[in-house]
Amino acid sequence: MSRISDYESIVGAEVINELKMLARKLKNKVVQNINSTSVGGGVAEILGRMVPLLQDLGVDARWDVVKGGEKYFQVTKKFHNALHGRKMEISSDDYGIFLETTKANIEQMEFYGNIIFIHDPQPVALVEKRKYLKSRWIWRCHIDFTSPDPEMWEFLKSFVKQYDASVFSAPSFARPLPIRQFLISPSIDPLSDKNRELSEEEINNVLERLKINRDKPIITQISRFDYLKDPFGVIEAFRLVKKYVDCRLVLAGGGAIDDPEGAKVFQEVKEKAGNDPDILVLLLPPASDLEINALQRASTVILQKSLREGFGLTVAEALWKAKPVVASAVGGIPLQIAHKYSGLLSHTVQGTAFWIRQLLHSPEYAKTLGENGKAHIKQNFLLTRHLRDYLLLFLSLEEEEDIIYL
Amino acid sequence: MSKKNTSHLTKAKQPFNFYTRLNLIEFTGKKATNLRELVDIMKEVPGSVIYHHTHHYLQQHLYLSPEPPNDFAYWVTYILREDELGEEIASIDLCEFSTIRSLREKIIETIEQHLARNPETLRTAPPGGEFHFFKTITFILPTPYVASNLLEFLEAIRKISIHSIYFHMFEAKLRLEKGENDFSRWIEDMLGEKELAREIARFDPYTFTMEGLRGNLCRLITKYIPGEIIECPE
Repeated sequence: MSRISDYESIVGAEVINELKMLARKLKNKVVQNINSTSVGGGVAEILGRMVPLLQDLGVDARWDVVKGGEKYFQVTKKFHNALHGRKMEISSDDYGIFLETTKANIEQMEFYGNIIFIHDPQPVALVEKRKYLKSRWIWRCHIDFTSPDPEMWEFLKSFVKQYDASVFSAPSFARPLPIRQFLISPSIDPLSDKNRELSEEEINNVLERLKINRDKPIITQISRFDYLKDPFGVIEAFRLVKKYVDCRLVLAGGGAIDDPEGAKVFQEVKEKAGNDPDILVLLLPPASDLEINALQRASTVILQKSLREGFGLTVAEALWKAKPVVASAVGGIPLQIAHKYSGLLSHTVQGTAFWIRQLLHSPEYAKTLGENGKAHIKQNFLLTRHLRDYLLLFLSLEEEEDIIYL
Repeated sequence: MSKKNTSHLTKAKQPFNFYTRLNLIEFTGKKATNLRELVDIMKEVPGSVIYHHTHHYLQQHLYLSPEPPNDFAYWVTYILREDELGEEIASIDLCEFSTIRSLREKIIETIEQHLARNPETLRTAPPGGEFHFFKTITFILPTPYVASNLLEFLEAIRKISIHSIYFHMFEAKLRLEKGENDFSRWIEDMLGEKELAREIARFDPYTFTMEGLRGNLCRLITKYIPGEIIECPE
């Protein structure tokens, strides 16, 4: 488990001191986080890192999980998909199961926090308890909210508007709401297996295991097998580049096993790659963080040619490794890449190929973009910035001014 | 704090206490799809919204770009494709303004003049390309750094966070409406170093990266501390 002091060598003593100063202002406040699972999934992973670090800073942060049966989680999975914009059949029984489970949790759960920090839609309706308490309530939306199903959003909104404040990850995710809405970007952890420094030996071991030869430049896209990540466009761009520069393409990702569409896309990508020995299509098992880290570090250029994207944190991961990145200007990617300063933004297959060739022919330029990208991620997308934003969020609940003297 | 002999340096009438600022971004719920809506909303939002859209790019990309782009110019140029007006807004000299109010009026005036010249065309942003209005909530807090003479001041400049430099150079002048940056004011009023104060005031902080600004401040101050060899960041 990382300590807050472990981050000092990465972000500097000043950043850690600022966090400690903010944490002191929250003395005597209990921050109670509530989500739907303690293991698995991105939110549990974030809380698993954040809560101990907040405690290490001196904030009394705790973490509780709602209880629910199989049916409840089937319903919340439907909600989740609908909020991502997919058309789902949600029956009145489904809503009934959701509300009954929430009611049971309200009765059984202890709401001891001064600040109740609810994560994602599953526990959103716990806010019905708020009228009996003096605590402040925040709803944190971690999911891609670009185009939620309108009916689903109306249902959810009836609860969200009972909160003191809400938090979204990207400007395009914010919705018209009668409560305060804050913008807090997600982050990457520079000390996790996916992002920590690796020795050349560790990188080589992984690539040998995956049977990837490092004899020529490697172009990589890490993403699950999904049409929206445009793996076919990546192969087309690679073939345009290959006419002029000898290089290899690695398309690697996971999460296709229990997803029928993912398995289909994986097969189609394999077919599109054909017998080309320079295109490697890899289905990575869950918990392949070290492999992803090594693949990114062994790459000459990294792509994220998505057609649609949530925040697109794989871009931050690549930039943190000081790699030149060519990515589509969608979702949260333009927040991470300033075109021609910290990476390159493209809109088409031809454009992607053009920029890859530029980078392969101009290693100095590629190096500068990578270094700038790393500096940008260090400043804006590391876990320490995320912690700072949460501390400021907690402090802002008692304030109404736009300039606050602490 | 310096352990060197500083008896030859002018002692300040009052020490300089370094502060820092941390920002949180809040969505206002307002959005514009064309220039008319943009101007109408600009007229009614708090100053912290105008501040956000003219300064957040600079602070988010402060290690990279010395350009001073603002969101209004970006949106007008790249979403509405009004290149000429975009350039006019981008070239508004932020240094000239000592209040958010006057900056707001200048941007509004520039857009309204454009609308008056081109009454026939009002371009609309494509779906998803609307201008979303955000504001910056600023938290100001003290740091442990204090300077009583120029050498201590310089040592602090080398160590304080970028946010602290940002606060004293940009926010103090424009957002807190002090008229000039904190560094120049203290150096002139408390140390009597008028020329150095003027040289710092002449800096256009918008044309440096923040680390570039730190390096330049360091080199400039070093010239006023005879006999000291001090390494400055690039």
